[in-house]
Parts: sequence; structure tokens; C-alpha cells
Amino acid sequence: MERKYHVCTGCALLCDDIELREVENKTIIDSACRKGAAWIKNCQHPLECTVDAKDTTTQDAIEKAAEILKNAKNPLIFGMGNSSLTAQEKAIELAKKTNACIDDTSSFCQGPFVEAILNDKIKSCTLDEVRDKADVIVYWGCDPSNSHPRHLSKYSYFPRGKMRQRGWEEDRTAIAIDVRKSDTAIICEDDFHQIPPKADAEFAHALTDALSGKVPKVTFGMKPKEILELANVLKKAEFGVIFAGLGLVYSIPDISPMEKLLEVLNKKTDFHLMPMVGQYNMRGFNHTLFDQTGYINRVSFEGDDIGHGPQYSVVEVLKGEKVDAALIIGSDPLSSLPGSIAANLKEIPTIVIDPCKTFTSQTANVTLPAAVTGVECKGEAIRMDGVKVTLKQMRKSDKMTDADIVEKIMEAI
Amino acid sequence: MANAMEIYQLLPKTNCKKCGKSSCMAFAAALLSREKNLDECTPMLEEKKYSENYTKLKGLVSPAEQASETGMIVHEDRCIGCGNCVVACPVNVAEDPKGAGSGNAPTNERVILKVEDGIVRLSNVEDCRRFGENKRLCSGCIVTCPTKAIEFV
Repeated sequence: MERKYHVCTGCALLCDDIELREVENKTIIDSACRKGAAWIKNCQHPLECTVDAKDTTTQDAIEKAAEILKNAKNPLIFGMGNSSLTAQEKAIELAKKTNACIDDTSSFCQGPFVEAILNDKIKSCTLDEVRDKADVIVYWGCDPSNSHPRHLSKYSYFPRGKMRQRGWEEDRTAIAIDVRKSDTAIICEDDFHQIPPKADAEFAHALTDALSGKVPKVTFGMKPKEILELANVLKKAEFGVIFAGLGLVYSIPDISPMEKLLEVLNKKTDFHLMPMVGQYNMRGFNHTLFDQTGYINRVSFEGDDIGHGPQYSVVEVLKGEKVDAALIIGSDPLSSLPGSIAANLKEIPTIVIDPCKTFTSQTANVTLPAAVTGVECKGEAIRMDGVKVTLKQMRKSDKMTDADIVEKIMEAI
Repeated sequence: MANAMEIYQLLPKTNCKKCGKSSCMAFAAALLSREKNLDECTPMLEEKKYSENYTKLKGLVSPAEQASETGMIVHEDRCIGCGNCVVACPVNVAEDPKGAGSGNAPTNERVILKVEDGIVRLSNVEDCRRFGENKRLCSGCIVTCPTKAIEFV
């Protein structure tokens, strides 16, 4: 019997082996992790279609949204990490039309690494290559056991791959570098290296030194022997990969220590880096915007030229009150941004497009419910390793897709 | 899960042999392996002075009653459905090398462990290495669980 597999959009792993079964009028989701199963099953509080907190029709809400964006001189379009590639393209088109600033969560998340990969400054690989070839896997500042539950079992550590037939027991070494003993670090057992907060750059420099034949020194009491031993394991890898988490990104001022480390490693062996992207299509947005403008995020279409820089990031434009309206698609800046900055969002007219109720939607002027891509509608997305994946529809829904909503808003403008 | 010594401390410690075992310690071990039932210790049921300990013991051994024939307990509140155990289980690998053994969804029904609705479920327990007379102390699913949701009694 041929099996029909679906793709889970619960996180950026985009697991493509999800099966649905009907048992006594209940849908059973096979092979998805707890996070994915909860995502597929539906949100507990679906978003309603409202204008100024009053229920209304989709048409009225779209017209009101168009009016807000039309009257704004410099709106902000933010989010899109949980939208299909088509919706992202349409959002960029809308940004061009309305002279908007466009940004996504990558500006305070994995942006620096994705940018370096797209500009060929850092060597990266695909998850399938990791499964088939990787023998040394480093989880640096990330805890995939919680953020991407099937990461270890589907791609990185446990599965048997083409060149790693004996799996995790003999063919692979998993190393965790973190500030605390996370669930992933527990699995790595003796290969867990604990470092203090903000010491990632120093540790990366020490590893670079150790690989260059110098005696590594760190100020936080880790013995040179431990660092030399780790460097030795990395050096002997046939195919190594570093999974960089937010813990690493947030603690380094820029990514140069990691670039340097990879450069030294690649002189001796084959080493790659992959950012642990959270939202299922955040990397898709970075790719789409990069193809169109040459930048991955923080872009302003105000005036004739394309503006880019930290001054156009969601944090800076809200902090400086530089925008006069906001369109938030599939994101919740009120809960992910610092309170003092997010509070400025309440001062301007806000439109939220999301499947579920969020903090941001509760204070928004216009809310438009959208279908969950990959569950209630089909689409395309880019996985955390840059591979394009086609998403199938799992169940019927009468909700509009976010791409259609953005299209309708554009037509109304 | 409690160990035999903890169970023994709560038993009458009289070695009365009414349960059929030679000592209370042997009965504690039998309770743990689910060979005996707590109610087979008649003094604990009949004598009032043991009633407090009886309630405590009931609480201690009741998780074991839900265990499978191999003694496996999946703590559903802790399981995150990561599937590490599914791909690490040697029986799963032997029965389904391309599916469960390679990190993908199981492609046949002969696997022991699979994830349903985000939680790991047991099937075909008789194929588990811990089952039957020639059982082996395999711990593939225990050591790979990040949340320690799998336990054997």
C-alpha cells in the first residue's frame, strides 16, 4: 500500500513523513512530535475577523486594512516566518507599493548566519547530507530536543545514513556547547562542554587557537587539555557540522569568531554550519527578499532607492517611532519584543493576519484570520537548511490563505 | 519508580511467609517484578497498624501495574515525541531499516515503538529484547530519551 505523507509546519525542520489516520471519527497524527501534533491539531483560540474589536466580514476588514495602509506614509510590514513563499512574495510586493519598511524575526534571531550563508561567507550543507555523511555534530547554544524535537532522531545524531550505517553508537559523535546542561547535553553525556554566559566568542577563539597549534587559554577556568581534546575530535571529523542556536547568536557581537573557526577547520577537514531556524519559513523570507533586493531583512522601500541597515529593523523603527502603521503577518511582536519597544506598536494602527489569537492581535485595529499553511492550505516553504519543500493540505478549511488576504489588500489599495 | 529496599521498609518485616515467599524482602522483589500483588500480603490488609503503610505502598507500586509485559512504562506527561527511542531501538532497526531505522516514519507494522499524536506508543511487545525467557537488559530506548520518559520496572 502506498503511503500518503504530509509535511509538518510546526518548526523549520519541515518533517515530511507525517501520516494522518481516521480512527472512530478522530484523526490520529502519526510520526509528528508533540510540538508538531499540537500545531496540526489546531489552535485553541482561533482568531476572529474584527475591526476595532468588533466582529465584521472579511471584505470590510480587508477594506479597513487597505485604508490604514493607504493613509500611512511609512508603514511597517513584519513577520511572515509562518507564511508560505507566495505570501512572502506578495508581502514584499505590498511593501514596495506602500513605501513600507519590511522586516522579519531574523533581524533579532538567526539573520547574521543566514546572511553569511547566502553571501557564501560560511559553508553550509543540507540536513540530508548531515544524515548521510556527518560524523561529528556540534550543538552550540541550542537545545533541539526542545526547540526541534525530531532534529536528533530524523537528521542529525540517531539515524543511520548512507555513509553512517552503524548510526549513533559507533559512527557519530554528538557534542554540546552550552551554558547549562540542556536535554540535548544530557544525550551528549561526556561530550558536553559547559561555558559561562557571553563566553562563546572567547571559546571559539580558544578552539581556533587549539586548531592552529597554539595553547588555548580561556578566563573561565576550563582546562587547556579539555579544549585541545575537543579540537582534536573536530579536526578528525570526516564531515562535521555545527548547529548554531540562539544562545550562540545572542552572545557574540558579530559572527567573525565563527567564521574564523570554520576557516581554520576547513583547512584540515570538511566542516559546515547551520543556523537553528525556529519558524518554519523564516529562511524562506530571507531567501525571497535576498533574491529581490540583495538583503535578507531590514529593508525600506521608502523613496526611489532600497534602504537597508540596522536602522530599519523592527526594533529600531518601533523604538524611534519612525512608522505610522503596522501589518503583522503570522508573528507576535508584543510577546517576542521587549515591552518598552513593543508598547509603541499600540500607538499606531495595527493589522494582524494570523490563524490564532495572539497578544498582538488583542490590541490590533484589524484582525484577519488566515489558514495554517501545510494544514489548512497548501504552499511552499524553505527548510532550515535552504531546501524548498512542497506543503500539502491536510484538511479542508474555508479560511483564506495569507497570500490571498495580502493580495486582496493590495487590490483594495 | 521505587526500588525493592524502599518497598521492603514499608512491609511488615515479620517474614510470616503467608504470601508464599520466604521473606518480606523476597516479597518486595516479587512486587517489583509484578510476580506478586500487594493484596497477597494478608497481614497488611487485615491489621490496622499497617494501614498507613499499605496506602503508601499502593501509591508506590501502582505505576508498575500500568507497565507493559516487558515492564516498560512511558510517562506520557514527560514524552515529547522526539522519536529518539524509535530510531535507536535495535528491533525497530532490524524490522524497518529504511523507515524507523533511518529516522523516518515506520513503513511496516512490525516495529515495537512508534509515535502517535506526539507520544510514543508500544506495539508488538513480544518482540522486545526484554521479553520472554531469553530476555536481555537492552536499554536503547532509555539512554536516548532526553526527558527520561521511558522506564522499566
